[in-house]
Amino acid sequence: MIRLEKRPEPSSLWTAVTPVLAVVLTMIAGGILFAALGNEPVIAIRTIFWDPIFGEFAFYYRGQLLVKAAPLILIAIGLSLGFRAGIWNIGAEGQYIIGAICGAAVGLAFYPANLWIVFPLMVIAGAIGGFLWAMIPAILKTRFNTNEILVSLLLVYVAEAILAWMALGPLRNPEGAGFPGSRNLRQYEAAANLELIEGTGIHWGVIAALIAVIFAYVLLKRHMMGFHIRLTGQSPRAARFAGVNPNMLVIFCLGLSGALAGLAGLFEVSGPAGQISIDFNVFYGFTAIIVAFLGRLHPIGILLAGLLMALTYIGGEAAQSTLGLPAAAIQAFQGMLLFFLLAVDLLTNYRVRLGREGVA
Amino acid sequence: MTGTEKLLALEGLTKAYPGVVANDDVSFSIAPGRVHALLGENGAGKSTLVKMIYGLVRPDRGRMLLRGAPYEPHTPHDARNAGVAMVFQHFSLFEALDVAENVALGMENPPSQRQLSRRIREVSEEYGLPLDPTRRVGELSAGERQRVEIIRCLLQDPKLLIMDEPTSVLTPQEVDILFETLRKLSEEGTAILYISHKLEEIRALCESATILRLGKVVANCDPREKSARELAELMVGQTLHTPTRESTAEGDVALELSGLSVASSNPFGTSLKDVSVSVRAGEVLGVGGVAGNGQDELLAALSGECLAAPDAVKLKGRSVGQLGPNARRRLGLLAAPEERLGHAAAPDMSLTENALLTGAIRENLVSNGFLKWGSARSFAEIVIERFDVRTPGPEHAARSLSGGNLQKFVIGREILQRPEVLVVNQPTWGVDASAAAAIRQALLDLAAEGAAVIVISQDLDELMEISDRFAALNEGRLSPPRPAKGLTVDEIGLMMGGAHDMEVAHHGAA
Repeated sequence: MIRLEKRPEPSSLWTAVTPVLAVVLTMIAGGILFAALGNEPVIAIRTIFWDPIFGEFAFYYRGQLLVKAAPLILIAIGLSLGFRAGIWNIGAEGQYIIGAICGAAVGLAFYPANLWIVFPLMVIAGAIGGFLWAMIPAILKTRFNTNEILVSLLLVYVAEAILAWMALGPLRNPEGAGFPGSRNLRQYEAAANLELIEGTGIHWGVIAALIAVIFAYVLLKRHMMGFHIRLTGQSPRAARFAGVNPNMLVIFCLGLSGALAGLAGLFEVSGPAGQISIDFNVFYGFTAIIVAFLGRLHPIGILLAGLLMALTYIGGEAAQSTLGLPAAAIQAFQGMLLFFLLAVDLLTNYRVRLGREGVA
Repeated sequence: MTGTEKLLALEGLTKAYPGVVANDDVSFSIAPGRVHALLGENGAGKSTLVKMIYGLVRPDRGRMLLRGAPYEPHTPHDARNAGVAMVFQHFSLFEALDVAENVALGMENPPSQRQLSRRIREVSEEYGLPLDPTRRVGELSAGERQRVEIIRCLLQDPKLLIMDEPTSVLTPQEVDILFETLRKLSEEGTAILYISHKLEEIRALCESATILRLGKVVANCDPREKSARELAELMVGQTLHTPTRESTAEGDVALELSGLSVASSNPFGTSLKDVSVSVRAGEVLGVGGVAGNGQDELLAALSGECLAAPDAVKLKGRSVGQLGPNARRRLGLLAAPEERLGHAAAPDMSLTENALLTGAIRENLVSNGFLKWGSARSFAEIVIERFDVRTPGPEHAARSLSGGNLQKFVIGREILQRPEVLVVNQPTWGVDASAAAAIRQALLDLAAEGAAVIVISQDLDELMEISDRFAALNEGRLSPPRPAKGLTVDEIGLMMGGAHDMEVAHHGAA
């Protein structure tokens, strides 16, 4: 008989091992999935995990890795702070869109003036846009005790509607021959977020993601605010006893994650994406939730998880084009990752015992 | 044991959990119609033993015989069918449902609500436990809720009734009435297994006793022939140290409550109503009362978790009612709540982090918002050392400590911050006798050093032992305090709100 037995303390070994174990299990289950689809499993896994970094075309993929990972990491860092405090911002996708719209709008307002101040103003506008969008669930929660999960999630669809309106209406490129979508910011020097070092994929968003990782690390490890965040997540009652104001914490966590998601949107729209268009968003805001948990809500973990998730994106695309794997199989593969992580997560707090209940 | 007839016999019952043997070769027997006490400290193995009898836990070794036949309950359902019923210490009632609905939920084949209500009325009158089947459980006092549980058991006509710490929620008068009911049951032939660590009660009620220590039976005796002290020493296995105190000169008023009214944050909680009292430096004020009469709310109103009108709480003449917990800590008003895990301490956090939880301000563990981990760790180490907290080190999680050790840590953490006023709720609940004595002594020492101490407790013996003055909470109101010395149990009972109309029922039933 197999039994689970609660550990007196969470195991620090398993906390570190479970993500690796989850990745291995995902590779095995994914290999079986790919084999069932008629592909050579080892080649499929190698195409996804190995070739983008070490393969023939790695010089192209490596840069893409950072481009994909940066928004995921930036958003996931913000989300992780709230998740640690038990504040569930599920609507980062919406904050990402609104941040992109606000930032792009500020940039486009200056067009075609080539002033150095334009890009910094766009960054601020992007952060503020995401922050304000997150304030809607925050204030509704603190004032009327609404559920932030539902409000933030539903606001994603509102944000998507606004995005479509913006792409077709106010922000549409006047010289775009009536096509939907804004001017391409990449072609507007003062507003463009281009590669800082040729061929590396490093743009301002990558720098911002790294700063966010360091900021979150210091906040959680060394600052009272981080202590209060962790305390609230673990025992809300003890947090009140320790003098934490729960409403302030909701505002802080939702506001910060919104601002970071907004920044991610801004860096994306001014860089890799280039323009506000109807299909500008690619679910970074939702994928970042997986990244946050895959990284154990820990800043360094999120950094690694963001890179790993970006790898499955890029490798998945490569597998689609070279092996002809269906896109759904790649999505199922990414879903497995979260599934296995949550499953093996149990081992952090429980140990598995075989055999009957014995006499100690 | 008189006679050879045995209702239930336990033979060599053993049950081990990882790292601890909860019951080791436990054997004793209960005769029909007997009130048999099961006595022992927290962690002695009483709960595990009764869980085995009630079919919640299977023994590793040993066997049970019920009326001479092998008895192996796999579930509480089996136990109930065999005539074994149990009243738990923590009630399993739905507050939003009425009494009859709650009783029906515990039955295998409940009759119609009308029939059931009639049966409830009959049984409650027969045994002197008045209960209106149509009332919502959320509106009932703790004593009344217990009656729901007891009647639920009695409707099954049990041969053996197990009662786990039944009096912790009752006033002294309610205890007397409960005992009358239990005696009546035992006269009718129902055996009662009575679990408690309250010695005077056991001496008053029980005819035989089994004493457990560390999972083993250390004695079988007639509790009426032993003194409470002898029983306690059998339980603990060592001579007990009684806290001592030197009388101190009356200081200035340290804390003054005037017209403190606070609504409870819990819909079924008790709101504080017009609480007024003052406590002087160097004084211990004991606050008694049946559980659920506003104890948690009083602690929250003093700790600053619940805010009140500024003037309702005055600390050394200064209005603090509107201030939150940390502002009050800064001024010297500290508190230790009842619930150790999840309120006073965060279970999954280390002791260092838990030291930081309340110690950040007064112990100067933060500078410019940044945590001083080194200082926090040494503060935790000092608490561990000074209060004899048994743990390998401050990096271990709070939940890995035993209840008594964590309680010592929690109380020590507050005391070592040199409070002007310290409020503690149930400081020794679930703590073994020697740790309890150490905690009481520490509270007395704190008062002797000039702090005002408010001890909220449901343990009247504890309050009488350490209080200078005694007041009681009853439905959110605080009685005027009276000097603790010379108070009789009857007077205390009346201060606690009497017996909630129970005498009438008993006279009516007699």
